[in-house]
Amino acid sequence: MSDSLEFKYQIDGEDFARVGHASTDVKKKLKMMGLPPDVIRRVSIAIYEGEINMVIHAYGGEITVTISEGDVKMVLADKGPGIPDIEKAMTAGYSTASESVRNLGFGAGMGLPNMKKYTDSIEIETELGVGTTVTMHVKF
Amino acid sequence: MGHAIILTQYEPETGVTKAMTIREAMEAVHGTVLSGEDKLDLEVHSACGSDMMSDVLAFVKDQAILVTGLCNPQVIRTAEMIDMKCVLFVRDKNPTQDMLELAEEAGIVVLKTGHRMFNSCGLLYAAGLRGGSDYERFT
Ligand SMILES: Nc1ncnc2c1ncn2[C@@H]1O[C@H](COP(=O)(O)OP(=O)(O)OP(=O)(O)O)[C@@H](O)[C@H]1O
Ligand SMILES: [Mg+2]
Repeated sequence: MSDSLEFKYQIDGEDFARVGHASTDVKKKLKMMGLPPDVIRRVSIAIYEGEINMVIHAYGGEITVTISEGDVKMVLADKGPGIPDIEKAMTAGYSTASESVRNLGFGAGMGLPNMKKYTDSIEIETELGVGTTVTMHVKF
Repeated sequence: MGHAIILTQYEPETGVTKAMTIREAMEAVHGTVLSGEDKLDLEVHSACGSDMMSDVLAFVKDQAILVTGLCNPQVIRTAEMIDMKCVLFVRDKNPTQDMLELAEEAGIVVLKTGHRMFNSCGLLYAAGLRGGSDYERFT
């Protein structure tokens, strides 16, 4: 029954220069709350990879971060094309990113594996043509 | 695909890693500072060279300098997410004012050099940087 804090961010799918602003803000807030550096780093990497994916693979969306006793929950919901094969998408090195996305420094196929590696749990709900929701937890 | 090269300053005689300042790293690559001049005397222990940001995020340990030929705001964001202290742009890439402001806010030093990636990493290596645990795995 402990208090929890919730933050919401709208992610603009058209604005590549600004993507990451939500992650930057979350990191700042966690720092202010005095969470352990290791927890902050894990959350930062996971949410940043997720935020990037929302822009390069979907058309933006909404991020909700809930911080409660011992847990940071991140929900990243987009209305993008969905993921046809989640298992494949989770494979290190697998990417459908275009040449133009690669030229921006993304498309190594490491984002989802990183999100899995740095969080305690990751759950992906996806429907083709409807969208994708990624839910991650980092415990501390 | 760019592979992350992880460097850390290494003393051959003693086998221990030793810190160098960002200023020393800058001089080693004949570089200049674009932002964060007040922080040039910060100590750094290691560096990472890559043009793929997820690669950097995948192999992060405690690298302090990101050496890259990629020039967009996501380079600064990536460095910020993992608490890197410095970004070194190679091939004379010129970051925009927005990028420099982002770096300023994050407290990240921005350097640039005319050298390409390979030579930049090579010069840092010659200045005393070696691979840390990753380097020793192969020697
Ligand atoms: N939100 C999403 N909507 C639709 N497809 C997605 C989404 N997130 C990931 N994918 C698909 O899963 C693949 C793998 O994603 P992952 O983040 O691991 O790699 P990447 O984004 O292609 O490259 P990197 O993350 O290394 O820059 C993507 O190439 C894309 O096909
Ligand atoms: Mg990705």
